[in-house]
Amino acid sequence: MELRVRVKGAAAGFAVVLGLLTASASADQTNVAVAANFTEAANELGAAFKAETGHDAVFSFGATGQLYTQITQGAPFEVFLSADDVRTAKVIEEGLGVNGTDFTYAIGKIVLWSADAALVKGEETLKAGTFAKIAMANPETAPYGAAAVEAMKALGVYDGLQARIVQGTNIAQTYQFVETGNAELGFVALSQIAAGDRGSRWVVPAELYTPIKQDAVLLKKGEQSAAAKAFLDFLKGPAAAAVIEKYGYGTGSAN
Amino acid sequence: MAVRLTVELATLTTAILLIVGTPVAWWLARSRAWYKEAVAAIVALPLVLPPTVLGFYLLVTLGPSGPGGALASLWGARTLAFTFEGLVIGSVVYSLPFVVQPIRNAFEAMGDRPLEVAATLRASPWRSFWTVAVPLARPGFLTGAVLGFAHTVGEFGVVLMIGGNIPGETKVLSVAIYDYVEALRWREANILAGGMVVFAFIVILSMMLIEKRMRRAGE
Amino acid sequence: MSVRPAIEVAFAGELGKFRLDARFDAPGKGITALFGPSGCGKTSVLRCIAGLQRLGGACRVAGEVWQDGDVFLPPHRRAVGYVFQEASLFPHMSVRANLLYSSHGKVLPSASGRIGFDEVVDLLGLDALMGRATQHLSGGERQRVAVGRALLSQPRLLLMDEPLSALDRQSRDEILPFLERLHDTLEIPAFYVTHDMAEVERLADHLVLMRAGKVEAAGPLGGIQADVDLSLARQREAAVSLDAVVAGYDRRYGLARLDVAGGSFLVPSAAEHPVGTGARLRIGAGEVSLAREAPHATSILNLLPARILQARPIDEREMILVLGLGAEGDGATLLARLTRMSWDHLGLAPGMAVVAQVKSAALSLR
Repeated sequence: MELRVRVKGAAAGFAVVLGLLTASASADQTNVAVAANFTEAANELGAAFKAETGHDAVFSFGATGQLYTQITQGAPFEVFLSADDVRTAKVIEEGLGVNGTDFTYAIGKIVLWSADAALVKGEETLKAGTFAKIAMANPETAPYGAAAVEAMKALGVYDGLQARIVQGTNIAQTYQFVETGNAELGFVALSQIAAGDRGSRWVVPAELYTPIKQDAVLLKKGEQSAAAKAFLDFLKGPAAAAVIEKYGYGTGSAN
Repeated sequence: MAVRLTVELATLTTAILLIVGTPVAWWLARSRAWYKEAVAAIVALPLVLPPTVLGFYLLVTLGPSGPGGALASLWGARTLAFTFEGLVIGSVVYSLPFVVQPIRNAFEAMGDRPLEVAATLRASPWRSFWTVAVPLARPGFLTGAVLGFAHTVGEFGVVLMIGGNIPGETKVLSVAIYDYVEALRWREANILAGGMVVFAFIVILSMMLIEKRMRRAGE
Repeated sequence: MSVRPAIEVAFAGELGKFRLDARFDAPGKGITALFGPSGCGKTSVLRCIAGLQRLGGACRVAGEVWQDGDVFLPPHRRAVGYVFQEASLFPHMSVRANLLYSSHGKVLPSASGRIGFDEVVDLLGLDALMGRATQHLSGGERQRVAVGRALLSQPRLLLMDEPLSALDRQSRDEILPFLERLHDTLEIPAFYVTHDMAEVERLADHLVLMRAGKVEAAGPLGGIQADVDLSLARQREAAVSLDAVVAGYDRRYGLARLDVAGGSFLVPSAAEHPVGTGARLRIGAGEVSLAREAPHATSILNLLPARILQARPIDEREMILVLGLGAEGDGATLLARLTRMSWDHLGLAPGMAVVAQVKSAALSLR
C-alpha cells in the first residue's frame, strides 16, 4: 500500500520534470550553458535579451570542462558559451554542436592585480620581483593561466619568477589567492575586477599573449529552437557588445 | 612525486590527528560540561561544510591577515598557504571529525567501570588512561587512524583551495588527478586514480584484517 | 581518652530519589556486612568510601582521613581494594597481568603488613588460572581473580559490592569457601554489601542494617540478629550465627561435636574435621523449641540448658525469645520462636531457666 503511494508520488514528480523539460524546449525559452567567468555579464545580457525579444534565456553556470562533460552526457542545453575555443570545436567535432554556428563572443583580458594599492605599477613590478608569491591559473587547464605564462615569457621574467608561482585551479581561485593576500599579486581576469577599483592593477597589453577567445556555439538540441538562435544573434549585436565590454572583455568587433 | 607527497601528508596528518584528536575525544567522552555538545558540533562541522567553503576560511586564516600569517612571520614568511605545513594544518582541520568520532565512541563504549577499577588499584588518572583506556579503545584508534589517513589521501577541495598546486610542495595526488582530467589527459589520470583506488583498498582491507585478528586474539 | 573506632563513615547528600544519610563506625578487623533491600544506598556508601562518588561528609580509615570537609582524597590515593559486582577484569590483560596491575607488574613476596603474590594465589586457588585468558574463565573464577587483584593492591580496607550476586548458585557455592578462608586468614577489614541474609550469616562479624538511605542499626552480628527490637529478629527466617570450634567427631554416626560459649552441639557432617577448626553454626529461630525440664525420651540430639533473657510478642499468635546458653544464661545467644499458647501453658517468663531443644543447625566450616 505504502509502496504504491510512493511509486505514484515518484511518477508524479517525474511527470512534472518531464513537463518542465518539454515546456522549455518548445516555448520561448532556451537553456544556455555558460562558463562561470561570464556569470555577471550573462545575467545582464539575459535581461536585455528578454526586453528585446521576449524570450527567456535560462542560464546554467559552471566550469567549462564540466559543462562540456554534461553536454556530452546529454544535458538539455541548446547554447554553449565556453570559456575557450577548444571545447566548442570539440562539441562540433563530436556532432553535438551545429557546424558553422560557432563564433567568438568575448575575448578575455588578463590583468596583473594586487590587493595592495601600491604594489602593481606596470611591467617593472614583475621585473623588480619584490614579492614572495605570484598567483596565476593553472596554465595546463585554464586559458588565463596559459596567457599569463605567455606574457611573462614575452617580458623575459618567467624563468626568474617560476619558483614563486602558485597556481589556482581556475581563475576564480587565483582571484581568491590575491584577494586574501596570500599571494601579493597575480594574473586574474579583467572581468573579475572590472567593477571595482580596489588595489593596484596593470592591464597586460594584448600583444603579449594569444587572445583568450571565448566561443559560443549552437548545440544540436537547440537546432529547432527559435529562442536559441535569437539569443546567439543578440549576442553578436552591438547592444550585447557594450555590455560585454563593460564587464572587462574584448569583443570580436574590438579585435 | 605527487604520490610520495600525498603519503607524507597523510602520514603526518594522521599522526597529528591522533595526538590532537585523542584529548579532544577523551574530553568529549568524559566531560559533563553543558557546552560539550556544542564543542562536538564544532568538531563535526567539516563533515557538512563544503570543502571549498572550509578551504576559503582556511585561506583567510592562514593568510597574512590571519593567525597563520602571524605564525609564518616568525620565520619571515607571509603566509602559511601554499606550503606543505599549511596543507597539514588544513588536512588536520578537515579530517578531525573522522578521527575524533570513532575514538570518542570507543571511549564512551568502554564506560566508567574499567577506569574505576584502575583507580581503586592505585592507578593515577594518567596511568589508567594509558594502560586501560587507550588499550581498550584500540579499535576506535585504529578506525580513526584509517579514516583520517584515507580521508587525507582523498582530500581534494581544501588542498585545491590552499595549496597553490606547487609540485613537490602542495601538488598532491588528488589535485594531480584533477589537473590531468581538466587537461583531458585521461591516461595519466587513469593511472593515478587506479593506483589510488588500489592503495585505498589495500590499506582499508589490511586494517580490517588486523582488527579482526586483534579481536580474535582478545577473546 | 577513648580509642577511636578504626573506620568511621558519615555521608549525607541527595541520591536520586532519596536522601542518603549514613553514619556508622566499624572495627578494624573482620567483615562488616552492609545489608538491606536493593536500592537502599549500600552501594553508594561503598562508592563514597572509595572516592568514586562524592557526597558531603567524612570518612576515616585506620587513622587516615580520606574525606572531611574540603579534604577529599582521589580514589587512587585511598588504600582500598574494591571488588565490583561484576568481576570487571581488564579484558586486554592476562590473569597474571590483572593481578599484578597495582604493583606495576612486580611480583612481591609477603612481608609484615603486605600480602605477597604467592599468598594470594594460594589463598584463592588461582594457580591453575594463571595462564588462561580472562574471557575463558567462569564467573566464579573471574570473581576470585578480582578479589585477588584487589588484595594485591595492599588495601587497608577491602570493599566488596555484592560480589556473588551476578553468579549462579553453583559458582556462589564454589567461591564462598574462599571468602571464608580470607576472613580467617587476613587481618584486613572488609565491607561486604549484600541483600542476601545467607551470605551475612556465613561471612559477617558485624552488621550495618540499611533502609532507604539510613542506617537502622550497626554492631556485632550476633547482637543485631538477636535484637528483638529490630525487624531482623521478627522475620520468619530470623536466625543467629554462632562461632564454634570443632571439639570431636563421632565416626559411627557421622556427627561433629562443636563447642560454643555455654554449650556444645552435635551436627551431622560428612567429613571429619580436625579438632580446633573454626566453624560457624546457623541456628534458625524456628528450629529452637523449649522445655521446662530435660525430656526423657526424644529424637532431638541437642538439648542445651539456657535461660530466657528477653521475650517479645511478634503478633497475636507467636512470640520471639532471646536465650542465653548455660545455666546462668551467660553463654552464646539463641533466638527461639514459640506460639503464645506454648508460652502460656509452660508458664514461661524472662529470667527462667529452660532447656533449648535445637532440631537442626547448619554448619559451615572455616
